[in-house]
Amino acid sequence: MSDAVLPPNDAGVAASRSLWATAWLRLRRNRAAKASLVVLIFMALAGLFGPLVAPHDYAKVYPEFVKVEPSLAPYPQADQIEPAAEAALRRARVDVEAIAISPGLVRIDIRSARAIDPRVTRYLDRSDMFSNARVATTSEDGRAATLEADISQLYFLAGTDAIGRDLLSRILISLRVSLMIGLLATGVALLIGVVYGATAGFVGGRVDNVMMRVVDILYSLPFVFFVILLVVFFGRNIVLMFIAVGCVEWLDMARIVRGQTLSLRRREFVQAAEALGVRGRDIVRRHIIPNTLGTVIIYMTLMIPRVILLESFLSFLGLGVQEPMTSLGVLIAEGAKNMRNAPFMLFWPALTMTVLLFALNFLGDGLRDALDPKDR
Amino acid sequence: MLAYALRRLLGAIPTLFIIVTAAFFMMRIAPGGPFDQERTLEATVMANLNATFGLDRPLWQQYAMYLGNLARGDMGPSFIYRDMRVQEILAEGLPVSVQLGLTALILALGLGTLLGCLAALRQNHATDYAVIAVATFGITVPNFVTAPVLSLVFAVLLGWLPAQGWGDPQQMILPVIALALPQIAVIARLVRGAMIEALRSDHVRTARAYGLPARMVVVKHALRAAILPAVSYMGPAAAALLTGSIVVEQVFNLPGIGRYFVQGALNRDYTLVMGTVVIVAVFVVVFNLIVDLLYAVLDPRVRYE
Repeated sequence: MSDAVLPPNDAGVAASRSLWATAWLRLRRNRAAKASLVVLIFMALAGLFGPLVAPHDYAKVYPEFVKVEPSLAPYPQADQIEPAAEAALRRARVDVEAIAISPGLVRIDIRSARAIDPRVTRYLDRSDMFSNARVATTSEDGRAATLEADISQLYFLAGTDAIGRDLLSRILISLRVSLMIGLLATGVALLIGVVYGATAGFVGGRVDNVMMRVVDILYSLPFVFFVILLVVFFGRNIVLMFIAVGCVEWLDMARIVRGQTLSLRRREFVQAAEALGVRGRDIVRRHIIPNTLGTVIIYMTLMIPRVILLESFLSFLGLGVQEPMTSLGVLIAEGAKNMRNAPFMLFWPALTMTVLLFALNFLGDGLRDALDPKDR
Repeated sequence: MLAYALRRLLGAIPTLFIIVTAAFFMMRIAPGGPFDQERTLEATVMANLNATFGLDRPLWQQYAMYLGNLARGDMGPSFIYRDMRVQEILAEGLPVSVQLGLTALILALGLGTLLGCLAALRQNHATDYAVIAVATFGITVPNFVTAPVLSLVFAVLLGWLPAQGWGDPQQMILPVIALALPQIAVIARLVRGAMIEALRSDHVRTARAYGLPARMVVVKHALRAAILPAVSYMGPAAAALLTGSIVVEQVFNLPGIGRYFVQGALNRDYTLVMGTVVIVAVFVVVFNLIVDLLYAVLDPRVRYE
């Protein structure tokens, strides 16, 4: 960002608002960025409120609906009802004579060598397909009966996973996890990077040399290997994920902020503050860091997708969030394992991830173009 | 330049030392050990195991011993794969990973440069937009998405290529594509930008003015400048390929070292993890050096003293 468009630190609201107003205008002219913004807002809302309104809990297991295909029609489908009823009543040790299915209702005639216990209905209720099972009629000798039960209507719009959990609910909750980690880990990276970079740039000289040399060394390392070690050895909790991911991604931020600081350091208001005897730490906090914020925000939007990617990468390897909590990386890994017989398990999470990353990248690029006229 | 290369190699020793030290102590501070099992072992068995592997000694002694052995080229015994030295395990996996990584790197460099040049030569035409679209896709979509999707489409649904395994050239196609795709994208973008700039530069205009054939101008004069950013990107690309190969090796079930790293870390196989980290670090350091030297060869303005 050129110095001319930076809002002067204490010049009042009007100047800084005009920068953001111009940026907003430019952003609105960028169609890809605008569409991305809409998609992102939709995804953020889906992540926030989706799990609350989803018909299923993300951890609820339906043992009878394992890897069912995505469908707009409710489950159980007609051909599933009969075998399920037979299986349930076989466990109850009664013979099934006839099964009549009408919309929303099933009638089953049963017969047994001994008198039928009315509690036999519990075997039906235990199945996810039936509810409110009751004995409609009983024969005089008590050895035959007609049972009635309501047929559930379960919607699995994106199908279910390998142990019978609703995939849509899981995608919604993983959106929440991914976005949350994206924001918080970016915050960690931001904090480390800005403080480190501003310090190096402000102090300068030998300290700057050493500090940036350290960044160079870290930069050349396959740092992800260390993150994997960190996560494996200190247990998989989410807080650690933030720190681990943030610790990798701060390097770019440190470099950028240092560069900004070096040029800010020569500006008159910093020199004035120095001449007035303000302590170095206060100059950095009051004058340097606020003036780098524009650039920092641009790079932040580009950092969020990288952070989400890294988290999903760790989750993909089985090192991320733990069951029953999930994340897009976990879902994609599970999909990859089951793609032979349930390709939709790979398709939907992969699609969600792709759309999310595309939207974040386009918005980041758009913001950079909008806020940074030099870079266009 | 030879002196420079030697100095750089010597300079890499402290870096490697820091990496080894950090990895060693990080692993040892962490809770859990290689012999933790669901059924706890008897105390005497445990003590014997710890004594055999030297885990009963003070940490600094273990550290000194490890460094001493490492300097002599011995990475110690694996804790999980009994009767195997770590260097033996890695010697089995390394050729696979290196072959995979190098093929991907060459493919990325070749195809990326080609696509970048094509886009730059037809700037703002359909070719250009197609390349930009492919590049955006490659940069955005991570290889833990592309690898399973490629496997799903070409191995499971179409049945054209094998889904996993190693040994036959056909089995290399999908992993190499999955691994190279993000790098192809980045390189294409870098080369496109540099090529557009190079085509407008004075020396290219001069070459054109002399009436050299267009192809010659592009290949001999413009490309030489346009490929520089791609070359300096090789360092980060190598690091990205190493990380990516962890995923690709898992998806396509390849016997490379990426698998040993994750498995070793999960099993607390201290020496195996250390060995992988050392190999990876050496690889990255040496590779960065090669890239720097190559840069000097390609760009006559760069001179190393």
